[in-house]
Amino acid sequence: MAPFAGYDMPISYPTGAVEEHLITRRSAGLFDIDHMGQIEISGPQADAFVSQMVSCKVSDLAPPMARYSLLLNEAGGVIDDLFVYRLPESWWIVVNASNRATDLEWFKKHAASGVSIVDRSDETYMIAVQGPRAIELIDRAADRPVSEIPRFCWGNIVIDGVPVLFGRTGYTGEDGGELFFPSAEALHIWEYLLRRGESLGIETRPIGLAARDSLRFEAGMPLHGHEISPQVNPLEAGFKWACDFDKEFIGKQALLRIMEEGVSRKLVGIEVFGGVPREGYEVAAPDGTRIGTCVAGMYCPTVKKYAANAFVAPEWAKTGTELSVIIRGQPRQAVVVKRPLYLPAYRRAGV
Amino acid sequence: MAIDKNARYLESHEFARPEGGVMVIGISDHAQAELGDVVFVELPAAGKVLAKGTVFGTIESVKAASDLYMPVSGTVVEVNEAVKNDPSLVNRDSFGQGWLIKVKPSNPAEFDTLLDADAYAKAIGEE
Repeated sequence: MAPFAGYDMPISYPTGAVEEHLITRRSAGLFDIDHMGQIEISGPQADAFVSQMVSCKVSDLAPPMARYSLLLNEAGGVIDDLFVYRLPESWWIVVNASNRATDLEWFKKHAASGVSIVDRSDETYMIAVQGPRAIELIDRAADRPVSEIPRFCWGNIVIDGVPVLFGRTGYTGEDGGELFFPSAEALHIWEYLLRRGESLGIETRPIGLAARDSLRFEAGMPLHGHEISPQVNPLEAGFKWACDFDKEFIGKQALLRIMEEGVSRKLVGIEVFGGVPREGYEVAAPDGTRIGTCVAGMYCPTVKKYAANAFVAPEWAKTGTELSVIIRGQPRQAVVVKRPLYLPAYRRAGV
Repeated sequence: MAIDKNARYLESHEFARPEGGVMVIGISDHAQAELGDVVFVELPAAGKVLAKGTVFGTIESVKAASDLYMPVSGTVVEVNEAVKNDPSLVNRDSFGQGWLIKVKPSNPAEFDTLLDADAYAKAIGEE
């Protein structure tokens, strides 16, 4: 077990991190992600407020839609990344555990009258079910088929008597969903889904933090504090697509300035030969000059590669650029590769 | 945890096992369990001469990287290529298919200075 933002989280279950990763890619993984926070925003001024606070377009979001977004500071740095759900009467914002208090404070600081902000994190439990058979599992476990819910949309379902808000979202690159329901039902739903998987012959296992990290890493999804942080702007990290420049939002003016000047560094994926790159390892040019630092790095079980993400100056960011990563004092051969290493299900044709 | 009775051990969990005039070297079952999923192994080339106690390679798991120490002095005569290609062999069978290198010992008496299976079991708290 490892402490994580005040929660004790298993790095891996007895299955082992690599196998947990592979099970999620071939069948279904169950993720205990109650550490994620949920903030509900409502009131007559809520729509305008949310639009001003988050980077993505929200004016076209109607129930049951949801969208990935960033929360930026005035300098364009990323305070957090979020999922914004449009509920019938409110906005349901899913935030990272370690940023929950910061986000809440940020929202409250900017809220005018006509906006109500409530932290729903303690009363809400969150479990993710991810994998090519995850939808089939929930279809058979719920009172209505979730396969009818489009990607990045949500629906109300009932699982074994428990009302659940099901979002067809996730953090693994696989199809599946994220379940929100009353905290008191956590163990009930967890055990019910594992049992249901077994009785249906759908391989379903609990997945720990290590596999959650390698799954998201392969699929090119950022982890706050690594690929994105208050010291990183979305243009450097490749998240311009999550910013709607046709509206006003906090951080927009800074981003427009940075766009004009050009970014000083870019996030790149690097494949390493002859060692496991890890966070904090330095990246060097062929002549040995240090040009960056890995913000994440690991063995990627699906693509069977050792890879890192790092920020480097734009001239080093082109795919195919030869570099090295310093592993325990030794420069190891490395090359800039296209991200993501593993194409998420929602970006694959016909899914 | 399994303990190979025919092997002797370092407190850092490497084992040496005499087999047909050479020493088979690897890490114990206890060590692989502690490391978690092994994802990378770096080993010396055959012909390399290494003294007892020196680093002969690196083993990396999902969690961490660890140095590997020579339990006896000698010349590397064979390297387990299978384990370089599939490091999970160390997790599945550390005393068998997950062996790391074979060494021609230069001082066979060193073997007797290592922990025997009972002493090693005691050292890892499995009496």
